[in-house]
This record gives sequence, structure tokens and C-alpha cells, in this order.
Amino acid sequence: MSVQRMMAEKVLTVDTMNSCVKKVEYAVRGPIVLRAVQIEKELKEGVQKPFSEVIKANIGDAHAMGQQPITFFRQVLAMCSYPELLDDDRFPEDAKGRARRILQGCGGQSIGAYSASQGIECVRQDVARYVERRDGGVPSDPDNIYLTTGASDGIVTMLKLLVAGEGRSRTGVMISIPQYPLYSAALAELGAVQVNYFLNEERCWSLDVSELRRALADARRHCNPRALCIINPGNPTGQVQSRQCIEDVIRFAAKERLFLMADEVYQDNVYAEGCEFHSFKKVLFEMGPEFSSTVELASFHSTSKCYMGECGFRGGYMEVVNMDPEVKAQLTKLVSVRLCPPVPGQALMDLVVNPPQPGEPSYSTFIRERKATLSSLAERARLTEQILNTVPGIACNPVQGAMYSFPRVTLPARAIREAEERGQAPDMFYCMKLLEETGICLVPGSGFGQRDGTFHFRMTILPPTDKLKILLSKVKDFHQRFIQQYS
Amino acid sequence: MKNENNRRIKNKMSVLRAISPDLSRIRLVDQDCLSKRAAQIREALLQGLERPFKHLIDISLGDAHRGGLQPITFVRQVISACLYPSLLDSGRLPTDVKSRARNLLKQCEGESVGSYTATCGLPKIQHSLSEFISRRDRGVPSSPENIFITSGSQQLVLRLFVHGKGSLQTGIMTPVPSSPLFNMALSSLGGAVVPYHLCEEEGWTLRLDEMRRALATARRHCNPMGLYVINPGNPVGQVQSQKSIEDVIRFAAEEKLFLLADEVYQDSVHDPTAEFVSYKRVLHEMGPPYSNTVELASFNSASKGFMGECGLRGGYVEFVNLDSAVMGHIYTLFSTEACTAVMGQIALDIMANPPRSGDASYTAFFENRRNTLNNNAKRVQETLNSLDGMSCQPIRGGIYAFPQLHLPARAVAKAEEAGVAPDLLYCMLLLEEMGLCVGPGSEHLQRKDTHHLRYITHLPDEPIVQPRANSY
Repeated sequence: MSVQRMMAEKVLTVDTMNSCVKKVEYAVRGPIVLRAVQIEKELKEGVQKPFSEVIKANIGDAHAMGQQPITFFRQVLAMCSYPELLDDDRFPEDAKGRARRILQGCGGQSIGAYSASQGIECVRQDVARYVERRDGGVPSDPDNIYLTTGASDGIVTMLKLLVAGEGRSRTGVMISIPQYPLYSAALAELGAVQVNYFLNEERCWSLDVSELRRALADARRHCNPRALCIINPGNPTGQVQSRQCIEDVIRFAAKERLFLMADEVYQDNVYAEGCEFHSFKKVLFEMGPEFSSTVELASFHSTSKCYMGECGFRGGYMEVVNMDPEVKAQLTKLVSVRLCPPVPGQALMDLVVNPPQPGEPSYSTFIRERKATLSSLAERARLTEQILNTVPGIACNPVQGAMYSFPRVTLPARAIREAEERGQAPDMFYCMKLLEETGICLVPGSGFGQRDGTFHFRMTILPPTDKLKILLSKVKDFHQRFIQQYS
Repeated sequence: MKNENNRRIKNKMSVLRAISPDLSRIRLVDQDCLSKRAAQIREALLQGLERPFKHLIDISLGDAHRGGLQPITFVRQVISACLYPSLLDSGRLPTDVKSRARNLLKQCEGESVGSYTATCGLPKIQHSLSEFISRRDRGVPSSPENIFITSGSQQLVLRLFVHGKGSLQTGIMTPVPSSPLFNMALSSLGGAVVPYHLCEEEGWTLRLDEMRRALATARRHCNPMGLYVINPGNPVGQVQSQKSIEDVIRFAAEEKLFLLADEVYQDSVHDPTAEFVSYKRVLHEMGPPYSNTVELASFNSASKGFMGECGLRGGYVEFVNLDSAVMGHIYTLFSTEACTAVMGQIALDIMANPPRSGDASYTAFFENRRNTLNNNAKRVQETLNSLDGMSCQPIRGGIYAFPQLHLPARAVAKAEEAGVAPDLLYCMLLLEEMGLCVGPGSEHLQRKDTHHLRYITHLPDEPIVQPRANSY
């Protein structure tokens, strides 16, 4: 009897597993990327293709595309890893000082020790000081700073804290469309209600409060909306919200009693003239005590983007503002379950918030490297928008910030029909064809969300300028062929 | 207007009041108050305050580096060269360090450890791990596609299982005493902990009769789907015999339970008569139908064992006999977390593929490694057993000692009056009076009315610790 039972169904099947997990999708590393990796293997094996390499313009990974790390950061981290290097003359004194300070904050003076779950204390203190400087003196308490494994870890933790209730009282979370699909994935897994608010493509992907009101009113009929997520600068759209817009969002959140989640990982990636990054926390406090003492906010930052591009370190932090002390105790408990974020990432975050200062030996190199990286990104942002807009049928909003362009593509009706026959989203059909014919890997707009009947793709601006120009001209050629083929 | 503001300020905090009951259920580990107090005392000593001791020794956590263990030089040299490749041109580093670092950098996109890696880890490292596993298991095949490099892998796997409410709530059998973090993670996801007691008198063995009892009881109120085992044990240090593992596998097969095998201490076996045998190897050697049907997830990590690199957060899970559709969902789920920190992956690569005989760093590497293992466990056990009011089962493996405290009734009563677990009270007094920080057994769950201590033995300077413990 037992042998027969054993031959029968497995314990863990698609029917017995957590059904919420089945709803999780993550386009950035999804089916098109898997196909791209397969094609790379085929190329290695000598299979003939109309291209000699796959260009992965799907993921916001700057180093993968050749961006150089900041020398100072790597010097300090090398010494933290192998402290014998502290005797080495090749390293400047300021780097050595930072390394020693970080090691003092580690258990057994080793980056191999677990840290406190909330993160190394001296790093949290440095983060608080950075936030104060950035925000023109608005106070920041290190106790409200949580170091995280990338920003994603902080975002998911906060969502876990927020999601509760059943049926009509199930938590709803407002998120922009288009959005970075970590949010939709986390909400699907948590069984929360995703409440979409559309960014305005005609007006440079700006956020209209009237749209927030519409989305909220609709949502209240079937769930309990408790949070509003905003990504600024935007991913995938690249818009940098105006100060006025941020104030309006804060006022809206205050009135409607929504918890604000401000994803600000691209805060240094601002390119367009007239655009400026304003942190939600700073604006909140400048609006006076009526708002600054009541609106509940979590802000997120990371070491993966900006001018550092150090994705592989999984460094990040979040700052919570006006959080109920009882809820904060629960948050602290929740983060302790996952032990601690990787210590090298914590060390790196310390350097990001506490970089070389004027007068220090490493200062001029640091400034030079940072400036070069950011201005190169700005140039590539401009180039991308410019070239894509020369293609009939492709319309690209200005890439004001972040690392991506999210152009709209007009697809012929025949192409849309063929895609639907294959059971594919039309923009996935388009991007797959692009991949097979040119080796360029992009992510279809359907992976991020878009208005019905519109199609987009997300492409990074990260390949080096020469490669980017080639990439853009190939996309242009492909698009024109595609239109001809399906007209 | 003023009243409106006051009302707002009073009500402000209630947006998040109604948080998920699953989260409220997580018991905060007692450790935290001990850690905080230890940190305060350490600070006070630095300030020059008078104490009956000069230094604080913290051996409470499963963190060898915090306790004073030195990292393996080769590991740190390779990592530093990967971080700052200019070092590759210097005369500073041995040749094998350089070639390992160069090789690893070539695997990274853009030749930088700052890039993301593939979701499951750098393919070369998955490959190294599969060869390591196969060698360890005397040739049992291991496929890189079944290896997912991920920190916090146990929580990720639990997320696949845990769902349902009431009698459909997923239950996972977990040992008592156990790692509190696993139970916390399970509870926070809304799962039911189904405890089965290890038998202290027999050296903390797993007993089938106890496991059957626990399962039968659990089935009345939840849906048990998994069986979590820790071998070598945490905190108890038992090393399962091959027969014991076979019995557990047979039990899991008969009762349709998914096996979760935490084997992170596989490197730490102290008793020369004991041997670590992996669940995977035993499963394979049992042959069909078990070997091709019983579902297993085995966990290992660079945080424990001779490397002790907890802070790098490098770990992996190997899946055996999983449904292929489920594997697809696992991949998607893991992909939302991008990838594991690259430094942790590098530590795993070295764990799987250390220097070979003839390599420049070989001798030093294995000397480092030898110094961290085995020496202390027997001595600790003997010493503890010689103390009045303490008894300790043989520490066959793992990195902790988990002696039982036989406390006088007065002490137990005093603790209960204070609303504190008796063994926690003992720990706090030990900390205040001797400067020695150890963990209470109450954190791990234990049989009612028994009390234990937990501390890490995996350290070089045992002689300093023991006299303090003795005189107390």
C-alpha cells in the first residue's frame, strides 16, 4: 500500500503549493531573458545567427555594460575584506581611515560576522547624517534607519507589514502604471489588492492627483486602500516629479490617510534641464507640522543605481517617518527573522553616504569619476530619446532621470492579431522577434503595465555610447522592417 | 482648527495598527535583550568603568567571527582581489589567489563583482557546488540546475508551501530544541509549527514514535506538509546515523512529507566515531521507489563550518525530485530577489572548491581549517559534566554546546516571579557578574521544566572561557 502511495502524486505540486506564488511574475528576469540566455549558449556553440552577440538592455545593471566602479569605494572595501592591506602604501590615508572605522563597527572586527538585524550602528548613524545634509537640515534619527538587502528587501518588508484583512477589507496598495514589477510581484504573493493609478504619457509621465482620486474611489468599493507607492525618479518611465507634484501627493496621502512609500533609488540620476530631485521627506517637513507630524512615510535607497551601480552588493536602506511605535516594534521583529543584510553591502552604503570630502586625498578623483559617470548617463539619455523619436511609429518621452527609456510603439493590426493567435502579448511578440533577429534583449511594456491598447518596451540607456548608437540604429531598422512585414 | 490638528495628531498612528496577525505572532527572540545588555557593558568597559572582569566575551550567537575566529586568509585575499583588481598586478598575493580571482571576474558581467548575477548564482559556482556535492556524496550525481544560490533560502522555500487557514493551514514538523529563526519565519508566513521532541537522554536522537505522535496530533488542526530536520543539530549537536536518516526518509515517504534538511553544520563533526552523511546520499542509496520520489530540499551555507562567513550571506539549496512545473515557479519567485550578494557567492565557490595540494595557499588554508575544528568540543563536554548542576550530552557535531542546567527550586521560583525564563535569568546574571554572554535554552524550545544554555564552541580561545564558566 505504501509503495503505491509513493508512486502517486508528489507532496509539492502546482495544486498543493501556495497559490499566490503562482501569480508572481517578474518580467525583468522573465521569459524573454531566459530566451536571450539560451541564444547566448547557441552562439557559443557556433550556431549561425544574424548577429554575433546578445546585448542585454533589459536590466538596470551598469557594471554589466562596462561602467567602472568608484575607485575609493573599492579600495575601502578591499581593505575591509583583507585588513592586512591596511599596511599597503598603494591605498590613501582617507580610505584606510574609513576601512578601520567600518571594521570597528563589525563583530570581531570582521565583515564575516553577522551584524545587528537593523544594520551596523555606525552605518545607520552615517545614513542619518547624510539624509540630514541632503534634506537641508531636516532631522533624521538613526533609529528610524533600517539597512536592507537592496531596496527591494525594504519594500517587500514594508508591504508585509501593511497587508492585512480579508475580502472587502483586504489591504489595497496604490502603485503607478507603468511600475517596476517588484511591486506587482510582491502584492501578488502577499495576496494584496493592487490599485493602479495611471501616469500621464501625454504629459511626460507626470502624476495627476485627479487620477489618484479616481483610482482610490474605485478601489474603496472592493478593498481597503492603505498605501500609496511612488517611484521617483521613475522606473520604467524616467520622469522626475516636480516639487509641486510631490506636495500634492503628500496632501492627498494626508487627507486620505494613506501610508506613503517613496522609492528613491535613482535620486542621483537626474539629467533633464529644469528637473531636480526632491526627497519626499524634505518636502514633507517643509510643508509644516500639520503634515510633517502626521503623514507616515517610508523612503527607500540602494547602492545598485545612481553613480555607483553596485548591484552585486545588495546594499540599501529605508527610513521610516512618523511610524506608530507599536508598529515599529513589529517591523524590528520582522527584520530580525532574516538575520542581517550582507555586510559588504552595508559597508558600501556607509561610503555612499559618507564619501570623500574636500581636502581629503581621494576627493578630486572621486568627484571626477562621479561626474564622468553621471554626465555620460545624461548624454546617453538624450541620445536615446533623440534617435528613437526619429523612427516613425516610435514615440519616446524625454528620459528625465533613472536609467531607462520607455517608448510607445504603434503596432499594425495584423501583428496584434498574430500575437493574440499565439497567446502572446503584442509587445512581447514584438520584443521576441527583435531578440531573434538582432540579439537585442529588451523588456515588453506589458511586463510593467500600460494603458489598454498601447504597447511599449523598456530599454536601458546603459550600453556604452558607441554600442548604444548601434543598438538604436538596429532597433530603428527592425521597427521599419516589422511595420512593412505586418502592414 | 486647533482641535482638528489635535485630533489628527491623536489618530495619526492608526493607519498601520491593523497589521497582519501572523506578524504579531512572531516571538521576539530573548537574545535581543542579552545582546543589548552585552553591548552596553562592552561600551562601559571601553569607557573605563569598573567591573569584576576586564573583557566581555560574547559566545552566545552562532557567529564564529564575532567570537574571535579569524577568517581564512585565502578567502579574504580572493575577495579583495575581486573587489580591487589592481591587486592582481602586485606581488602581494599568491599565484593561486590571483588565478582564482581572475577566473571569477571573467564569469561576472562586465568583469565586475558589482554586476547582478543570474538569479540562481554564477553558473560556474553552481557547477563547483554540484561537483562538491557529488564528491561529498561518493559520486551521487548532482545537477547544477537543481542548485539555487540564495541567502535566506529556507524562508524562500517555505513561501512555496505555506498557505491556508484553519485545518488547511500548512504545518511543518520542526525539532525541539531547534533554531528559533526557522520557527519565526514559518509563523510569520502564517504556517503552523509542529514540534517533535528530540530525546535528550539518548544524546538528542530523533525518535520515530515521537515523530508519529507529533504528526497525529497535528493532523487534527492543520495540514502538515513538511518535515524539517537539522543534521548536525542546532543547538544540540547530534549527528544522525545513516540508519536514523533512512528511518526518517521512510517516515517522510509514508506520511507524504516534503523533507527540508538543514545541513549547514556538515563540516563540524567532532566525534571520531560519527560521520556526516547527507540526506541526499542516503536517499540515493535507498534506491527506488524512495530515491526517485521523496522530495527533498537540502540547505548549506558558507556562514558556518570552518569559514564562518556569516556576514557575507552566502548559501544554497539543492532540490531533489521536485515537480518540474513547481521548479518553474521557484525560479520566478527567486528572480524577484535579483541575486545573492556576489561576495557570498565567492565564499561558496571557495568552500566547494578549496586550494588543491601543490597550490601556493594549500598548506595555510588547511592549517587554518584544522585549527577551527574539533579541538574544543570534547573538552567542553567533559568540563561541563564535571560541574555541579550541569550535565551535557556528547557534542558530536555542530558548533554549540547545549548543556542542561539543574537549577535549585529557589532560583526557578525567583525567575518565575520576575516573569523571566529561569535559564534567561541565569544568562543575565552570568553576563553581569562574569562578563560572559551565552544564550538561554528557552529560545530554542525545550521540554517543560528543563533549562539549558547555548554557546558556541567553535572558537580558538576556549581555555579563557571555561574557567569563568567553572567558577560560576
